[in-house]
Amino acid sequence: MRCKEAVMKRKQNPLLTGPYLVWTAAFIVIPLILIVFYGFTDADHHFTMDNIMRITDPVTLKALGLSLLLSALATVICLILAYPLAMILARMKNGASAIITTIFIIPMWMNSLLRIFAWQTLLERNGVINQMLAFFHLPPQHLINTPWAIALGMIYDYLPFMLLPLYNALTKLDWNVVNAAYDLGANKRQTFFRVIVPLTMPGIVSGITMVFVPALTTFVISDFLGGSKVLLIGNIIDQQFTQVGDWNVGSGLSLVLMVFILISMAIMQHYEKEEEGAANIL
Amino acid sequence: MSNKLIDLQHISKSFDGQLVLDDLNLYIRENEFLTLLGPSGCGKTTTLRILGGFEQPDQGSVIFDGKDITSLAPNKRQLNTVFQKYALFTHMNVADNIAFGLRIRKKPEDYIRDKIRYALKLVNLEGFENRMPDSLSGGQQQRIAIARAIVNEPKVLLLDEPLGALDLKLRKDMQYELIRLKNELGITFIYVTHDQEEALTMSDTIVVMNQGYIQQIGTPEDIYNEPQNAFVADFIGDSNIIDGTMVRDRLVEISGVKFACVDVGFGTNKPVDVVIRPEDLELYAIPEGAEKGSEAYDKVASRAYELNPGYFEGVVTDLIFKGVHYEMDVEANGYTWLVHSTKMFPVGSRVLMNLDPFNIQIMNKPESEDEQAVTMNEM
Repeated sequence: MRCKEAVMKRKQNPLLTGPYLVWTAAFIVIPLILIVFYGFTDADHHFTMDNIMRITDPVTLKALGLSLLLSALATVICLILAYPLAMILARMKNGASAIITTIFIIPMWMNSLLRIFAWQTLLERNGVINQMLAFFHLPPQHLINTPWAIALGMIYDYLPFMLLPLYNALTKLDWNVVNAAYDLGANKRQTFFRVIVPLTMPGIVSGITMVFVPALTTFVISDFLGGSKVLLIGNIIDQQFTQVGDWNVGSGLSLVLMVFILISMAIMQHYEKEEEGAANIL
Repeated sequence: MSNKLIDLQHISKSFDGQLVLDDLNLYIRENEFLTLLGPSGCGKTTTLRILGGFEQPDQGSVIFDGKDITSLAPNKRQLNTVFQKYALFTHMNVADNIAFGLRIRKKPEDYIRDKIRYALKLVNLEGFENRMPDSLSGGQQQRIAIARAIVNEPKVLLLDEPLGALDLKLRKDMQYELIRLKNELGITFIYVTHDQEEALTMSDTIVVMNQGYIQQIGTPEDIYNEPQNAFVADFIGDSNIIDGTMVRDRLVEISGVKFACVDVGFGTNKPVDVVIRPEDLELYAIPEGAEKGSEAYDKVASRAYELNPGYFEGVVTDLIFKGVHYEMDVEANGYTWLVHSTKMFPVGSRVLMNLDPFNIQIMNKPESEDEQAVTMNEM
């Protein structure tokens, strides 16, 4: 009843959607149109595919490849780290799990630049880790400005985004279903892969999306932890806008990156649909 | 019946310092339909979970077919559970749900297909293979949960209040279905419920539990007709439980009136609990205006006297039509009696009330906590 009333009220006051529509138009639709426009035109506003084709540039292509590789790696590691933790948290008593979840979320309240800067301080040539190694008379390690440093930064930065949707999905899981699987003879591994994972697929999919997409587009993490040595696609786009000043190439590359994100989202959606769609055939 | 299949020996279990089961001893025979009956928190579900392997007892052992399975994991036990809220795998269709246990055991696919068809036929859901659990009604989901369990050919099926979420009509239908299933499969059913009617309808043996103790074990007839203590009498069906005094063998005094009864061996002038089923009370209408001692009154009284030398005079204070019978409250000798009768006596009418000596159930008053527990009833 209440739901119906709310729907009716919304119909009665179409003006209430006004601010949202204005916001969407001004800050989402128009910028998107501009990017598409810049992406497909040259400096004289003539149509061209050159900007898009800049992706075939070896440096750019290498950056895109590395971006895909590192963000995929970070996503997989986040999933492996977060899933067991989310399972433990979901089975804990309410108070205890709330405290631990909060501990994991507190870093998110801090400025993300600050968090990455902290890693820079740790990993630097004369940073905290190398100083400790020196104290034990061990040789210094080349840690910063490597792809591994970037992956580490991604994992650290985005782990909570993986944890929360998984935790959410696992708390909604009916543990009797897990008991039913044991009861029918499944061991722990079979129960996990045949029952728990499929039933928490929506959480897995949104966790992967929430880690993979920002990781793929980041330029801050690679800037701080990769220096100028390791470039990701985000850095190349950033450079086009802020240093080269070529908005057309920057927009063209952004569109290419967008296509990759859309493809990855479509793959994810497909997996999610397989689980949910199956449940919705009436 | 045949030999012991499961033997629960000295099982104790507590949660957070709360004793849920206290030295429980129980055996279950092959092909038995055994019901664990009791109010919530009586330990019946914990007992079932210990049998299924989902809980470990703090003390005691579970013997299955002569082997100690106390610490055996659930997936290694030859019994299957039908869970309270079905617990179907919502990401699989009906066929895959039923096939789950068989695929885990790596049975050949054509064997599995035959089994699915057989199981669906058994639960009257032929042709439901490709439906998703969410698209089924509660009753249908429950049947699938049963089918999913029985394809594994367990020796024992554990059912945890499986009909609790269904409406009354469906519950009745499912009760008959379960009895039919049990007979067709020829396996042991262990059934947990708080619904005494369900227990009386389906069971070969009922185990009445309260506060972690077994109160009584017996056939539905035993439990209903010969409750061993006030708790069982109160829990199974409606009953009048009143204080009485056993004057001597075969004579009990209730509310100042002496009644003949059939019980012996309680001693003399011993306080006892008396249980009288509402349908066992007979009412006799006193003609309007007939005073005690008048001819019309004595005529009724002599009829009442024929049944049992003692009788009460009372007034009907409440009347409800229940379909098969009328339910009445009768005020007599300071106690409100619950009476079921096929004859109607209007509110305010004076009646004489009496009962057959055979229908008076005498029980010792529990003297201590320990005596409330009937540890083992030889069946």
